[in-house]
Amino acid sequence: MTNSIEEIEFTDAIFAIGTNTTENHPVIGAKIKRAVRQRGAKLIVADPREINLVKYATIWLRQKPGTDVALLNGMMNVIISEGLYDRQYVETRTEGFEAMKKVVEKYTPEYASNITGVPADDIVTAARLYAEAEAASILYTMGITQHTTGVDNVKSIANLAMLCGNVGIEGGGVNPLRGQNNVQGACDMGALPVVFTGYQPVGSDEARAKFEKAWGVTLPSKPGITIVETLNAAHEGKVKALYVMGENPMLSDPDLNHAKEALRRLDLLIVQDILLSETAQLAHVVLPAACFAEKDGTFSNTERRVQMVRKAVEAPGQAKADWKIISELSAKMGYPMDYATSEDIMKEINSLTPSYAGITYDRIEKMGIQWPCPNSTHPGTKFLHKDRFSRGLGLLSAIEYIPPAEVPDAEYPFVMTTGRVLYHYHTATMSRLSPGIMERCPESLVEINPKDAEKLGVSAGQFVKVSSRRGEVQAKSEVTTRVSEGTIFMNFHFKEAAVNLLTNPALDPIAKIPEYKVCAVKVEAA
Amino acid sequence: MDKKITLTIDGRELEAHPGQTILEVARGNGIFIPTLCHYSKTTNVGACRVCMVEVKGARSLVASCCMPISLGMEVKTDTKTVRDAQRLIVELLWASGDHNCLTCEQNGSCELQDLIYWLKIEKPRFDIKSPGYALEQTNAMIARDLNKCVLCGRCIRACNEIQVNEILDFSMRGSHAKVGPAFDTDYIQSECYFCGECADVCPVGAITIRQARFAGRPWEIRKVRTTCTYCGVGCQMDLNIHDGKIVKVTGNRDYGPPNEGSLCVKGRFGMDFVHSPDRLKTPLIRKNGELKEASWDEAYTYIAEKLSAIKQANGPDSIVGFSSARATNEENYLFQKFMRAVIGTNNVDHCARL
Repeated sequence: MTNSIEEIEFTDAIFAIGTNTTENHPVIGAKIKRAVRQRGAKLIVADPREINLVKYATIWLRQKPGTDVALLNGMMNVIISEGLYDRQYVETRTEGFEAMKKVVEKYTPEYASNITGVPADDIVTAARLYAEAEAASILYTMGITQHTTGVDNVKSIANLAMLCGNVGIEGGGVNPLRGQNNVQGACDMGALPVVFTGYQPVGSDEARAKFEKAWGVTLPSKPGITIVETLNAAHEGKVKALYVMGENPMLSDPDLNHAKEALRRLDLLIVQDILLSETAQLAHVVLPAACFAEKDGTFSNTERRVQMVRKAVEAPGQAKADWKIISELSAKMGYPMDYATSEDIMKEINSLTPSYAGITYDRIEKMGIQWPCPNSTHPGTKFLHKDRFSRGLGLLSAIEYIPPAEVPDAEYPFVMTTGRVLYHYHTATMSRLSPGIMERCPESLVEINPKDAEKLGVSAGQFVKVSSRRGEVQAKSEVTTRVSEGTIFMNFHFKEAAVNLLTNPALDPIAKIPEYKVCAVKVEAA
Repeated sequence: MDKKITLTIDGRELEAHPGQTILEVARGNGIFIPTLCHYSKTTNVGACRVCMVEVKGARSLVASCCMPISLGMEVKTDTKTVRDAQRLIVELLWASGDHNCLTCEQNGSCELQDLIYWLKIEKPRFDIKSPGYALEQTNAMIARDLNKCVLCGRCIRACNEIQVNEILDFSMRGSHAKVGPAFDTDYIQSECYFCGECADVCPVGAITIRQARFAGRPWEIRKVRTTCTYCGVGCQMDLNIHDGKIVKVTGNRDYGPPNEGSLCVKGRFGMDFVHSPDRLKTPLIRKNGELKEASWDEAYTYIAEKLSAIKQANGPDSIVGFSSARATNEENYLFQKFMRAVIGTNNVDHCARL
């Protein structure tokens, strides 16, 4: 997030697009609802499903899955043609306006309406609501990113925010809500194929020299490969060994049949986890790890706040903290890592990562600090890009709408979109062990519109077979107007109805993120 | 900021901002006024009348939680009139419910119990008459015993004003009044999202965490502050530990951002995995197609030999590591260091895209 969680409650307008906030980030959801109910903030919700936030919305835009660029361009068309944009901000803080304006000109409300299915008048209303607010915050999650046009979607959001002068101000911002407790931290720490900690590129001679000196080794400059690319490479026999720490690609990756075959072809699969996940069941070696309640350390939340994790109970059996396991294995391989505590590791992080330099355990004992925090007296950073962007001027990008990689046809006539539900978490290896949660949400349900259900002769609670070009699953139907005609929704929590057997592994060309939010499926009564 | 005005509380001349309540000014200056229904950052309702004080010139005692201060106001918080009124109110509350501390989960952590002790009440002057509601134990997460409810309405304000889930409200009137979801259903049949905020704010033992029943007394429990392991909000929470086990999870407003004490169903009720019998307890190595228990040394040796051989034969880029968005920063740091410095590849990623 460019801005902070607490600002959401006190801003003038919130544009929530591709985020089912009350289910996936319930505590942030509460802040949105408080902003609306108690402070009169305007709420624009753009989502193909009638999510809970719609109940609180000033206006709801029900775009067809995968048409976000057209919707955002449509809103910007209105904002530019009605002169509602922040001229001074565009002139002094951004570049690329004319080229973007030229592309956006085509996306009149009527043109955008044809692509998105959102009434033209609603596009106009939403555009005005966003542009006329003093400060407006855009919130988004995987509904924006998990598309073959994920990068285009995010750039379009940045366009809209900059066009209205909403980046670098209190209550504004471009705010992706991160889905996992420490996905922000994993990125910050360089658990990515192209960067070291703090996003220092592995391709930079300077950065490599710094880490080579600190670590006493020679480091490779060639960028690494991503998860989905890894599975393809393993399938082709180019990757021989895979070390998985606390991930479950056998439920979370697209096109699971392909993923399973890829993992089977490995000469060595090491899985380090707290439970024998679907992936661990395929491993050659399994290492038992301590969970978050059994070790000390830090997590970085979605607003870049680094917070303490504290040991509360002992790990079961011989399970050990992941950092212990890595350092012991490293020693075995001839590279000793001598850390007595997790705090020792943080000190090394401080010394190599400018944005984390001032984030020490004693400073975050009572309250976390938001990076960038360059030194031990810096208070941290509530919102980014205040007077200038990291690159200097903000880049407005000219972006054309591109349809999803797989669209419905005669054989696979439905669009399937996927996501989480309130009660479960990701591949549910943890959440399904709680009896209360299982009482509330014991199984996967396929959300299907009543009109479609009638056409297919499916009644509520009846099992349906959902198939795509890649596989098929069966689950009970939930007949609901939450989804529109021609669209179904499934969650990816349950191995019994592993929705990623169906999803399309088509990737965004830059971010390499799979298109989980749109694939074509067939639905039949089972 | 508004100009400050002067008032007196218990003979002390104090300065405060117009619009502040007597209770806020008193608490801000270290003067204790007991409360029950009051819950900061929610509407002041003045429902319980426990916070009554004397104000010079007022016709009757006033509820300090709702009364805005005024210039020259003279307030007394500890007169006989005030204490008599507080005792009467607390005795009425005591007598109108089944406040049996012997079996109550909140014994030792109950605001009504504390009030009775503080006001030095031996026993209520009225006959105790419990409303006789059935216990609600119809779900595995939240238990309700409305016979212990003091109708302070905190659960309702927590549900509507803090979480804005809009599930709970008062129903019925007078001595039949009760709190709960619409149509007098239990939680599991309502639209309740089980955030558990109502249990956190309940001053008595009316709304409690079901799993924590008989799992440890309040004074035996050690609270460990940590960061939730589920989504990216990073809620600060207290793991309540007894006998080496997490018995429940509570919020704490004093921790401030990002969640100001609020939690969701996963953080509050999703911790059973920690003590699950399914947890991995020893390293496992596949032998003859099956995963068999092994020692750490065997596992490390096996991995080190295999990885070295693969690196030698196929180069470091034939090895990939998936780090974890679930592990700590320190562990992610070490993992990428291991892949880059020890294996010699940039093939490290995690599920940020999935």
